[in-house]
Amino acid sequence: MSLNNLDQLYRRVIMEHYKKPRNKGYLDENNVTVDMNNPTCGDRIHLTLKINDGIVEDAKFDGEGCSISMSSASMMTEIIKGKKVEEALELAEIFSKMMLGQEIDEETLEELGDIAALQGVSKFPARIKCATLAWKAMEKGVKHQELK
Amino acid sequence: MNEFRKDFPILNQEVNGYPLVYLDSAATSQKPVQVLEVVRKYYDLDNANVHRGVHTLGNRATDAYEGAREKIRKFINAKSTKEIIYTRGTTTSLNTVASSYGRQNVEEGDEIVITYMEHHSNLIPWQQLAKEKKAVLKYIDLEEDGTISLDTVRKTITPKTKIVAMTMASNVLGTINPVKEVAAIAHENGAVMVVDAAQAAPHMPIDVQDIDCDFLAFSGHKMCAPTGIGVLYGKQELLEKTKPIEFGGEMIDFVDLYDSTWKELPWKFEGGTPNIAGAIGLGAAIDYLTNIGMERIRQHEHELVAYALSEMEKIEGLQIYGPKDPEKRCGLITFNLDGVHPHDLATVLDMRGIAIRAGHHCAQPLMKWLKVSATARASFYLYNNKEDIDALIEGLHAAKEYFNNVFE
Repeated sequence: MSLNNLDQLYRRVIMEHYKKPRNKGYLDENNVTVDMNNPTCGDRIHLTLKINDGIVEDAKFDGEGCSISMSSASMMTEIIKGKKVEEALELAEIFSKMMLGQEIDEETLEELGDIAALQGVSKFPARIKCATLAWKAMEKGVKHQELK
Repeated sequence: MNEFRKDFPILNQEVNGYPLVYLDSAATSQKPVQVLEVVRKYYDLDNANVHRGVHTLGNRATDAYEGAREKIRKFINAKSTKEIIYTRGTTTSLNTVASSYGRQNVEEGDEIVITYMEHHSNLIPWQQLAKEKKAVLKYIDLEEDGTISLDTVRKTITPKTKIVAMTMASNVLGTINPVKEVAAIAHENGAVMVVDAAQAAPHMPIDVQDIDCDFLAFSGHKMCAPTGIGVLYGKQELLEKTKPIEFGGEMIDFVDLYDSTWKELPWKFEGGTPNIAGAIGLGAAIDYLTNIGMERIRQHEHELVAYALSEMEKIEGLQIYGPKDPEKRCGLITFNLDGVHPHDLATVLDMRGIAIRAGHHCAQPLMKWLKVSATARASFYLYNNKEDIDALIEGLHAAKEYFNNVFE
């Protein structure tokens, strides 16, 4: 293996999200907030979700971490905006399947858009937790909202 | 010291198409064949429980297990094997001090003094003890270069201080602390001195009588021994006065229906069947290390760190944490490369066969002090050489170039 194999991991679109993250920041306190960290490596995310009538109207994140965790947060917030809560949770499930290296059909991959670029992470087991952090935070936030 | 590489067969392999460059010994060291053979031989020929049977294997196992204790005593120059308690590792050793001596001696309003550079295992036991006892947990401030000034130590420790706990060598900054001087200040104030020697015992000579510490903890797996074995040293008079915290087999003298008495030291602190193979392995590791000589190992790592520091300083955008003077450091360097998160850096280096650590190194308060969320760390041991550092430097350049390109 050479450094070129890294290209499977560090796809251009990932680095672009890392460099210019979408939805970086905070929504006001009335919204769902989740703080989550990865205790083994120190990555952390603060996620705020505006959920109305079962729809994720807005999502913002702030945090610290590597290119994989931060780009994944950027992409996650981008895709769930405007989606129904169930749809967001369904995407989280697809994402975790993708991280386990399971096959994802063409149509779903297309629907995932930029996120499909994270497929290569599944070949780097030590980095999977980085990619799933934002999704775990979203699931926690959404489920917390449902309990209310 | 290239002559010792052949003792570590694990180093003779390729990772991702490159020769393995293992620079993560501060997390855990590799094991030489001399240790592996002793452990194997124990299981092949002598395996039995200790301090029980009348049979021959039981005697052999007990002799080897207690023989290793004597090797450990000599290694740290303790007065007696009664002062050497086997544990699971540094974390268990430090927790044992906090939950036995600590809980039995710290009262409301007393002070426990630690530093900002402690590993979580020498921080959380004291933090939780302070919380439970309504004692005050105080942190010794660090100097700008990541060292400790004795003036600050004198200002922080007071006659109210009951326990001072400090690492002998920092797992992040690499700083070697003046534990002997700090122990003297602790004693002047009537406090006991607890030393975390997890990063010191594998790499430099230790003399507990010279340091005059009251307790000292270290792990086997960082010094060529198997995982799951460690040591708690305690001064005999303190251990005699301290009640055990784990009860069961192995540690009892007489058991009656409503009360029991304990074995004498050190066994009263060793409840349950111990890690016999681990202890024997640690004894073999000490034989291995002392044959080479701890001074020689320290000198070798000193040379590697000095070389690595001088080469790393040439890399633009590379920030090194801790003292710049290699004299004040143990064999590790923690750093960050501008614009490349340590996890990304560790992945790029791994693709070149280079193993480093990335993250918060179980020292979150120190990360806050450094104002970073994570760092990368390269750590050295007797089997590393100049070529390993050259590979690291080359890898750092490659990582920098790679991330500059993908960012374009």
